[in-house]
Amino acid sequence: MKLHTDLDFNEPVIGIEGASVKYLVPREHVGTFKEYAIRKIQRRIFNDEFWALKNVTFEVKRGEIFGVIGANGAGKSTLLKLVARIMRPSEGRVWVKGRVAPLLAMGAGFHPELSGRENVFLNGTLLGYSEKQIRERFDAIVEFAELQDFIDAPIRTFSSGMQARLGFAVATDQKPDVLIVDEALAVGDTAFQEKSLNRIREYQRAGTTTLFVSHGMGEIERTCQRAAWLHHGQLMYIGSAKEAVDQYLGRTPAIP
Amino acid sequence: MSKEMQTPFYDSAQQQNAWLFEMAETLKYKDLIIHLVRRDVTARYKRSILGVAWTMINPLGMMLILSVIFSQVFVAVEGYAAYILSGLLMWNFFSQSTVTGIGSIVAGGDLFRRIYVPRSIFAISAIGTAIVNLVISLVPFLLVSVVVGIRPTIYFPLVVIPIILLSFFSLGVSLIIASLGVRFADIVEVYNNIGLTAWMYLTPILYPLDVLPPWLLALEKFNPMFHFIKLFRDPLYYGQMFYPQLLGICFLMSAITFITGWIFFSRITDEIAYRS
Repeated sequence: MKLHTDLDFNEPVIGIEGASVKYLVPREHVGTFKEYAIRKIQRRIFNDEFWALKNVTFEVKRGEIFGVIGANGAGKSTLLKLVARIMRPSEGRVWVKGRVAPLLAMGAGFHPELSGRENVFLNGTLLGYSEKQIRERFDAIVEFAELQDFIDAPIRTFSSGMQARLGFAVATDQKPDVLIVDEALAVGDTAFQEKSLNRIREYQRAGTTTLFVSHGMGEIERTCQRAAWLHHGQLMYIGSAKEAVDQYLGRTPAIP
Repeated sequence: MSKEMQTPFYDSAQQQNAWLFEMAETLKYKDLIIHLVRRDVTARYKRSILGVAWTMINPLGMMLILSVIFSQVFVAVEGYAAYILSGLLMWNFFSQSTVTGIGSIVAGGDLFRRIYVPRSIFAISAIGTAIVNLVISLVPFLLVSVVVGIRPTIYFPLVVIPIILLSFFSLGVSLIIASLGVRFADIVEVYNNIGLTAWMYLTPILYPLDVLPPWLLALEKFNPMFHFIKLFRDPLYYGQMFYPQLLGICFLMSAITFITGWIFFSRITDEIAYRS
């Protein structure tokens, strides 16, 4: 295996600079154009502002496993969406160096009637690979998912674990620069969980940065070096994973 | 693995020239378009016995019903079945591609919440699917036209031109309606139900032009679909070369609609994530 001595593990790879996400929530529901037009003329359009994220700033360095914790609705998923460029911040700036593999997109676009093979191509092109790249890597993907015998069957005949394995295999086939993990760090049965974790660890040693959202505080403390605690869209604490978990649990004792 | 995947840099603050950016992104995802089209064409009939043959049966059935009903009314039209079918193919192409394209953008839902993909891809792939369906339907069209006594001429290959031009026009319409529909769901409903139905009956698909009163005939020149269907019928049904003026009109309409739709949509595309 290639040695990665040339990698600078101090180089920031993800930059969040004063990022905010603001939703406009209509005070009264205006669903139709007619209603909207009438109210617009009468100047009766009122919106409440809802800040899913408010002025969040931090950087994540190369090779870090960085945890994001907080209660439901604290803005964790919104933060991941910003890094995965699903959303642009309403204010502030987000930048990412390198290729992002969002595991939240695992198995995205899978169509139940299509075969495993067809779905690998569909999912792979959704993730931004070219047809040629997938063709080159196809056998390795199927082998990793351990689905050689089923790959030409419609995916509706796959168990959910098998679908997750295939999705994971496609999403992580190439070493990404940034891996975004929402809850499911490990998929499938125990044996496959071990295999998928090993792959992530190997990538991490080779310089992949992982952004990891979880409600499992033990998992955060075990796997992450640093973590950020979000509360109502605001960054409450950023520092060592242990300290972040302590702070979070101390402030909101209702959540174990 | 390959050079093109090496260290891209994403910066949310760089967003000048939204339309150019969306265009460049779409080109990067061109293989996705092919797989979305393949999915839509094959998955649709996967569980049916006749499979893709349904693509041919649908317009044929429609044509059969319409020609039985209306052949008594419009006796003067030569090869009436071929006349209807040629109009119907072009109309179905337009209505199907826009309805599914708009639907997949406005109700893209789950996929849009989980992954970044240039959104215009979905409107483009809907056009792709419609092109495949149209080309397949040309086979039964040829059969029907030979049966009713309309022989294909050397101008037949020219049908490619109206198909390409209508593709860009439909894409433009999809993007405009989808941009509005992201904010107001009503617009989509109005378009899908009332809008398209009225538009269809205002377009000479079922009836020959000479049944129209002069004032309505004069208004037809403002109906884009009137021109596109004429452009399609010339090589297909009338077996003749179209006038360059007609080609010019159709080219302008598709260019203007496409460019307007593209610019409009690329400005609003970031908003979709905030509303889905």
